[in-house]
Amino acid sequence: MLTLTHYLILGALLFAISVVGIFLNRKNLIIILMAIELMLLAVNMNFVAFSHYMNDTAGQVFVFFILTVAAAESAIGLAILVALFRNLNTINVTELDHLKG
Amino acid sequence: MTIAVPNLMPALPEIFVLTMASLILVVDLFLSGKNRFISYVLTQLTLLGAAWITVSTGSLEVTHTFSGMFVDDVMADVLKMMTYITVSVMLVYSRGYLQLRNLFQGEFFVLLLFAMLGMMVMISASHFLTLYLGLELLSLALYAMVALQRDSSPATEAAMKYFILGALASGLLLYGMSMIYGATGSLDLGNIAAAIQQGTGSRTVLIFGLVFIVAGLAFKLGAVPFHMWVPDVYQGSPTAVTLFIGSAPKIAAFAFIMRLLVEGLPGMMHDWQGMLIVMAVLSMAIGNITAIAQTNIKRMLAYSTISHMGFLLLGFISGSLNGYSASMFYVLAYVLMNLGSFGMILLLSRQGFEAENIDDFKGLNQRKPWYAFLMLLVMFSMAGVPPTVGFYAKLSVLQAALQAGFLWVVVFAVLMSVIGAYYYLRIVKVMYFDAPQDQTPIAAQPDISMLLSVNGMAVLALGILPQPLMALCAYSIQHSLL
Repeated sequence: MLTLTHYLILGALLFAISVVGIFLNRKNLIIILMAIELMLLAVNMNFVAFSHYMNDTAGQVFVFFILTVAAAESAIGLAILVALFRNLNTINVTELDHLKG
Repeated sequence: MTIAVPNLMPALPEIFVLTMASLILVVDLFLSGKNRFISYVLTQLTLLGAAWITVSTGSLEVTHTFSGMFVDDVMADVLKMMTYITVSVMLVYSRGYLQLRNLFQGEFFVLLLFAMLGMMVMISASHFLTLYLGLELLSLALYAMVALQRDSSPATEAAMKYFILGALASGLLLYGMSMIYGATGSLDLGNIAAAIQQGTGSRTVLIFGLVFIVAGLAFKLGAVPFHMWVPDVYQGSPTAVTLFIGSAPKIAAFAFIMRLLVEGLPGMMHDWQGMLIVMAVLSMAIGNITAIAQTNIKRMLAYSTISHMGFLLLGFISGSLNGYSASMFYVLAYVLMNLGSFGMILLLSRQGFEAENIDDFKGLNQRKPWYAFLMLLVMFSMAGVPPTVGFYAKLSVLQAALQAGFLWVVVFAVLMSVIGAYYYLRIVKVMYFDAPQDQTPIAAQPDISMLLSVNGMAVLALGILPQPLMALCAYSIQHSLL
């Protein structure tokens, strides 16, 4: 039998994977964008699980809004990525080091 | 099924700004490059109209609408008025800069208005959903604004870094919100506060959620240890966008903390106080010490922002009405100083030249004594030298923290502001005692130069007579937190 705890652990695992994906990835910016999407999905998992076990639909409504915002967010992220590639000819994370001091 | 029409009156300014932003988006399509001025005038008129609506629909009572998701109170009205003024001043300062860099486009104005709409929603939010949507509307518009100069590699790099860390911050914030939702069973800030007061929900889950929420807030505010994006974004963005990022969103961030921590989670004050103390102390230390080593003035001001955010948090740490109004005063004073300093950088920049380095300010007194004096006032105010507004702002947050019994934090803050005075006064020294490197005459449009003078004088005037603004802050906080 699946309980709330199982879903929360799944959500926490997904969240942890996405944070690791953002910080440990040194190669490809697209993987970071994927990790950001995964992070929002982990949050959605939490919201839906809580909402189901508490019989309260507000959490599921919140998920719809998060999904919509996530779509807009990845559109902007990819647009910035295209602009960046045109300027630097690379999407390698380690080469984003021109600004420092 | 019947649909109840919500009371739209409290949200009238937001509705107006949204309509005008969409209208400007369409009108701008039909304008040729020469007539771009029309979009600019329309944007300024939108700000004026929104201010008029906010004043005329404002009341002293707290009004909730949209099933309690949206709140209109005195604090919201005051902060929105300050946001309009800031955005309007920022538009005037950046007009010449944008025109010379081919950024004086419709997109800029539309994104600016959408970002402002996001801030207005954040200021008036009383529900997790509205807080999140306002924050995202602001952030998404800001990412696009940073990347607006799309042939510049520093700007796109800054946009990418801002985007990744901003999205991470939203993720952290949402994860925290989901935990609080799970513990209290509600998304409404009022209900959450009541549920925590009654002791429903597991304390562990609540604290777990709070940690994520505070981390997300710190990212957005740019407080240490989540400050990595601030210097890069400040340095990489076009200066006009830096000016915007550093000014109005800080007002919204103040409102965000007020709503989320003070109104939503007052029952956990002792928990978030501890986290904010650590962030405030680290921000003041790292911000001020790192700023000394900078040669790029935008980057230096970025580190100075980090330290100012530390001071802003001091007011919240004290956890009293006094402290919150001191914080509100601090954020308004900070916005004023920020407008002045970045306005001066914009003024000194010209075609193909960015006055980005501290060396570019050398001998400003010989080139234009009045501008040097205005910059001196702003720098004194940032350092906290009396009788400028920055001194009074620092004094009031320190007083509030002292009343709450955080003596060591106050002593530390004073020490840090002494260290901070070094790099602000270095700019003054460079302006007055060094020989100018370039003798190009400074050509400024009369309205920009006049507004900048008013801005500089306001820094001085509010320092000599801080009581009216302080009273306004205290009044609006008292009437919003019942």
